[in-house]
Amino acid sequence: MTAPRRLALIFRRDCALLLGGSRGRGGAVLPLLFFLAVAMLYPFGVGPDARLLARTGAGVIWVAALLAAILPLDRLIEPDLESGFFDQWALRGLSEEAVMLGRIVAHWLCFGVPLMLATPIAAALLAIDGQQLWRLELGLLLGTPGLAAIGVTIAALTAGLRAGAALGGLLLIPLAVPLLIFGAGSLQPGGENGLVLLAAASLVALAVAPFAAGAAIRAARD
Amino acid sequence: MQPCRLAADDLACRRGDRVLLRGVGFALGSGDALHLAGPNGIGKSSLLRILAGLMRPYAGRVEASGAIALSDEHLPLDAHRPLGAALAFWQRIDGVVAGDDRFGLDDLGDVPVRYLSTGQRKRAALSCMVASGAAIWLIDEPLNGLDAHWSTVAQAAIEAHRASGGIAVIASHQPLALGGLAVLPLLEHVP
Repeated sequence: MTAPRRLALIFRRDCALLLGGSRGRGGAVLPLLFFLAVAMLYPFGVGPDARLLARTGAGVIWVAALLAAILPLDRLIEPDLESGFFDQWALRGLSEEAVMLGRIVAHWLCFGVPLMLATPIAAALLAIDGQQLWRLELGLLLGTPGLAAIGVTIAALTAGLRAGAALGGLLLIPLAVPLLIFGAGSLQPGGENGLVLLAAASLVALAVAPFAAGAAIRAARD
Repeated sequence: MQPCRLAADDLACRRGDRVLLRGVGFALGSGDALHLAGPNGIGKSSLLRILAGLMRPYAGRVEASGAIALSDEHLPLDAHRPLGAALAFWQRIDGVVAGDDRFGLDDLGDVPVRYLSTGQRKRAALSCMVASGAAIWLIDEPLNGLDAHWSTVAQAAIEAHRASGGIAVIASHQPLALGGLAVLPLLEHVP
């Protein structure tokens, strides 16, 4: 059995686990509901003025996406670390980095993509017009992979700690701020360049994350 | 099975800021078995993890040739999935077909892993290790939770593995009924 085939099997398991949820921890649905709930509650909070909603709504969607990214943190790495899956994969000669890269992609598929699919609904609730929705979706497409990469890294760093879940949320917010600034900034008039910076921030996170998360898993063994 | 080897030279093991063991050394070849004996907390499990290459030794070296399988207190099976499906994941990873059912798990195929008893979990863990096809077995407390019948079966599986040219290192506080078993009393290595 070669390493790529093993990694493909692990990736399939990652997807099934992150999509369906397990061990009393919700799957992909919970962050999605949270995301839509924010979009639904915001108009109640600031009133039904369509102009105000349209002007601020896209930024609210970005904040909601960032906060929704906190919800799945405690089930990204912790359960598998607890059950010894990472040890068994290491014994079979699979590098932690490769396993972590697979998990980042799986997490993005089960978190980023559903968020993008739900964004038109959120946009309708916040009176965002078609052109802005298009720009918002493009921004999420560029930004959510970075958000997924940061999420997996933090989950690996805090796995096994007491109060790891709460700590993870606190750690994610500052690290994800660049994505929020460039993502929400790209929606301002003349802010198209924000998309380039958003893509760059996302790529940096994606490039660093597998190594940082892999090192965190190894450090957790000692 | 290809010839395999596992040797430890002057190993020391540290947990936190305490050195648990010092000067542990042995050399094992195909067909050998070693019993790491000692009371709870002496560092048997840590020593196994060092031998597996998952933890760095505080001092000394480990040399291994041959694939290593570790069966410790973790059960690497998805708790919410039925046992059959959870075992099938490792069978696909290790590229083996569901073979012999010497640990009597076929009848439990539909039972979610989280509902298994202690003994059943141990049997599942041992079955994973047997199926991995690795030459070097590192087993932590193989008889914990097993009744007389399954203890015999587990020890027979270890004997069969040795007969086919494998190595077994067993950490246990219980006596084992294996022929030609070398015993390493870890109490002698406490600094």
